[in-house]
Amino acid sequence: MIDRLANEIPRFFEYYTMALLLKAMAATLVMTLVGCGFGFVGGFLIIILRQTPGKLWLPLRLVVITYVEIFRRIPFLVILYLVLFFVQALASDVSLFVIATVGIFMLSIAYTSEIIRAGFESVPRQQIETATVLNFSRWKILRYVIIPQSWPVIIPPAFAFMVGFIKDTALVSQIGVLELTFAGKILNNRGYSAVLVFGVILLFYFALSYPLSRLGAWLETKLASSRNK
Amino acid sequence: MHHLEINKINASYGTLPVLREVSLTVEKGEIVSLVGPSGSGKSTLLRALMGLTKPTGGEILIAGDKINYDSKKSVAMARDRMAIVFQQYNLFQNMNVLKNVTLAPVEIKRWPAKEVEEHAKYLLDKVGLSEKYNAYPDELSGGQQQRVAIARALALKPGILLLDEVTSALDPELVTEVLDTIKGLAKDGMTMLIVSHEMAFVREISSKVVMMDEGQMVEVGPPQKIIDNPTSDRAKEFFSKVLRH
Repeated sequence: MIDRLANEIPRFFEYYTMALLLKAMAATLVMTLVGCGFGFVGGFLIIILRQTPGKLWLPLRLVVITYVEIFRRIPFLVILYLVLFFVQALASDVSLFVIATVGIFMLSIAYTSEIIRAGFESVPRQQIETATVLNFSRWKILRYVIIPQSWPVIIPPAFAFMVGFIKDTALVSQIGVLELTFAGKILNNRGYSAVLVFGVILLFYFALSYPLSRLGAWLETKLASSRNK
Repeated sequence: MHHLEINKINASYGTLPVLREVSLTVEKGEIVSLVGPSGSGKSTLLRALMGLTKPTGGEILIAGDKINYDSKKSVAMARDRMAIVFQQYNLFQNMNVLKNVTLAPVEIKRWPAKEVEEHAKYLLDKVGLSEKYNAYPDELSGGQQQRVAIARALALKPGILLLDEVTSALDPELVTEVLDTIKGLAKDGMTMLIVSHEMAFVREISSKVVMMDEGQMVEVGPPQKIIDNPTSDRAKEFFSKVLRH
């Protein structure tokens, strides 16, 4: 075993293998950032829609509530297959990478909307009443009171969700997207031993997640101490 | 025409009636105090005036204009002509003192920012907070926060100022500074509707005292009469308890 590893290592750490892994790492990062980033924006819109009063909006409110409740309860892999087959039925030339990113978006929108909702609800009712009697519109209450006050409550868990999701992107290797886990499979099939390949993949995942969670922790302390100056 | 006219207002929380046929008039420059036990409907009356609670019956007129609770514009009119200060101050925690005072005049009323800021500083100086323009609410004492809240209400140049138990959440030694601020406003001729448990203050400042109990008005009249010589049994009982100490 040791002999085999010693034999493989010089070959493994050469340009082509590393290029493949770096490319896969970039794909992992980009689909997480894009999927979760759009998910965050989408989650935000969902909550605003959910909190819009009026009968006119009732059907739409029901649709988004149903969406959130369902998508928070089905496995990511199932969402991924749903997106895959749905998109392929409509258009055959969509890349697997795009499909994976859309899948991440579909899931993260449901999760982050709940994070944002919890954040909005953490703002004391009196703050909103006060703005109301000062004749603030719903939008101005959101802009001047709710968003600035709930930001510190929303950002840390939203960020933690995204960092945690980096690991879950391994599932998109199931539909053949070239990301870290899939790259590991390729290298393994090329004859490198699984211990070496996945040992290195582990380091790549760590290299991706650790700085981001440090950034999250930094953001958390920064948001807790600063007051929108 | 009365400055404020409340006509047989009814209100309830669910099935529980909290205001029953309350009628009251307030003239310009008058200071009317609402007193009575907790749960007697005093705060609900102020909330109804500000459109936070919708009455189930009766009508409220401000300078002759009736509040139509189904019309956003009409409720906005009421909120434009009156300002309220709450028991818990409710300063915006994410803004400094000056921003708390200037935000609504600048963003909602669209008054020129420079004039608003000058006026805000004038008001903050008046309530004794000229050193605190840039402080955040959590850096201030309760009494200071409440004085900022009063300045914030005044910055909107309201016709009537509503004060809802503004000293109830304060430490005893901070009560005086807030009451002094209100006495200063009284001297300037501000029309006020005050809910308070500070009987000595109420007796000194009010032109009219309204004693409420279980959502109804029990007695109305000048403070000396209502506080010192109440006629009804309910008022006698209440004042004997609150004035004992």
